[in-house]
Amino acid sequence: MDWISGIIDYVPANIGQLRQLTGNHLLQSVLPIVFGVLIAVPLAQLARQNRTLAGIMLTGSSLLYTIPSLAMFVFLPLVLGTSILSMVNVVVALTIYAVALLMRSTVDALTSIDDGVRQAAVAMGYTPLRRFLTVDLPLSIPVLIAGVRVISVTNISMVSVGALIGVPSLGRLFTDGLTRNYPVQIAVGIIITLLLALLLDLLLVLLERVLTPWARSSTTRRTRAAALDARTVAS
Amino acid sequence: MTSTEQASTTRPMIEFRDVTKTYDGGQPAVDSLTMDIERGKITVFVGPSGCGKTTSLRMINRMVEPTSGRILLDGQDVAEQKAAELRRSMGYVMQSSGLMPHRTVLDNIATVPRLNGVARSTARARAKELLDVVGLAPELGRRYPGQLSGGQQQRVGVARALAADPPVLLMDEPFSAVDPVVRAELQSELIRLQRDLAKTIVFVTHDIDEATILGDRVAVFAVGGRLAQFADPEEILRAPVDDFVAGFVGRDRGFRHLSFQEGEDVTIHPIETIETGRLADPSVTVNSPWTLLVDAEGRPHGWVPEATRESVTSQADAVPGGSLYTRGDSLRRALDASLSSPSGLGVTVDDDGRVVGVVRAAEVFELIEAGRLDRGRANYNTAV
Repeated sequence: MDWISGIIDYVPANIGQLRQLTGNHLLQSVLPIVFGVLIAVPLAQLARQNRTLAGIMLTGSSLLYTIPSLAMFVFLPLVLGTSILSMVNVVVALTIYAVALLMRSTVDALTSIDDGVRQAAVAMGYTPLRRFLTVDLPLSIPVLIAGVRVISVTNISMVSVGALIGVPSLGRLFTDGLTRNYPVQIAVGIIITLLLALLLDLLLVLLERVLTPWARSSTTRRTRAAALDARTVAS
Repeated sequence: MTSTEQASTTRPMIEFRDVTKTYDGGQPAVDSLTMDIERGKITVFVGPSGCGKTTSLRMINRMVEPTSGRILLDGQDVAEQKAAELRRSMGYVMQSSGLMPHRTVLDNIATVPRLNGVARSTARARAKELLDVVGLAPELGRRYPGQLSGGQQQRVGVARALAADPPVLLMDEPFSAVDPVVRAELQSELIRLQRDLAKTIVFVTHDIDEATILGDRVAVFAVGGRLAQFADPEEILRAPVDDFVAGFVGRDRGFRHLSFQEGEDVTIHPIETIETGRLADPSVTVNSPWTLLVDAEGRPHGWVPEATRESVTSQADAVPGGSLYTRGDSLRRALDASLSSPSGLGVTVDDDGRVVGVVRAAEVFELIEAGRLDRGRANYNTAV
């Protein structure tokens, strides 16, 4: 009961700071997702057209992912010339991770498209760019969003690490809570982080539903059609 | 009409000129193909798998580039045209329909007009008309392809190919993935459509039956990409040029060929009939070994054998009949009607389905023999 009343007391008393930290936290987690998608999708398309390039990029991106986030946060200001406390460092670092993770799943997403559909698009007279934007990309949305959902959860938790070097985020509740030996503050940090992760995930699921109206309506029919086809083949 | 315009309409729509396609230095997939594809006709490429029929088709719209040789479309070398624009000038229908799963049926049909820059509303209005042309209900336009049956998807595929009203349609085994009943339906619809549209259609299939049903001209390809024979379907069946073609057109080709022989001269014999309403009355006797059961409109409903007349008191007791021969149809139908009939007499009906008499297998054979003699003489005369 102490915990709950502690949290209930803490939140209204610090609402201003909490709002600001949550805002910073969201900004640092969402921006890398957006940049990550914008960078990874064209790279994945490039990789799909060239096997050697694909090998280099996929291995390279896996290697990038092995760099510890803390090291990246400390190292990036030296490269970018930003202040050590700047949120830009976190955004850039997480964008790099996002690209690294998304590369592979985007290549998979683009490869998952039915070859018949792709051939048909060629036969209809699509130019390569238009085909990529209006056929390949929309059809890869379900796999793409699956990748993005993993990244959104990872980012929400990784942004906290920035607090170690003083970049403002919900992570500050952990560092403060630790130095002040104030568990309630840490608990509030955990709860808000969890809620943020859930909320973002929910939004992504909704986004997928809005962007792929065809996927919802066709599953049952497709299964039935497959069963029918199987019967035709058998007879 | 000026003389140049005349020349362009009599010129073949598509010309293959010594076209060869080799993949990575292996055996040629298509081996020095030279052929003319006539304007406004259905030309069928048929052959076993690996004979280069699909490769040949895809070289027309540059989905495959030839290793050597030239392909002319309306006199223009396709290699000199922009691939995407060339493809939009031809309709393309493929085996698995290839519809865009993320677009509604209407938007799928509107694909090529949209690529050509036609406004969305205009393209959709045209798509609605095409739904009707291919025999689909207008409400299907709002669905996604995944919500359609295989046969419906193929119809949408055909509508999409027709959307920009291209003079040429390329059809790559379009009906091979649907069940036989739907396939037969789609085939007759295509023939009906072609009667109105008169497109130049190049149709690929591995099914010789489909080839002879649809083709105005049939090109039989042999393994290794060799064009073995290019002729009318009737000629392919009657006079295969070599053992390969003979083997490919198969065992039933003699029977199939009868489809191309008119049955005008078949003798139709009168037949004794009994009306269904009088069956229950035992005093009505039959006087020939087989009496045909008809309803009040004169439509056939099976046979009443003389030997068991007493036991046949209703339509359900009659011996079921065979296939029906519509007067004037081909010899194949006449022969099938007589062979499938329990009495050996092929029931012949008029266009309204009323019995006009019967045909006999033996007499159909006599006609076939007579036809053979006539052709023999004709060949002899031309040879001399």
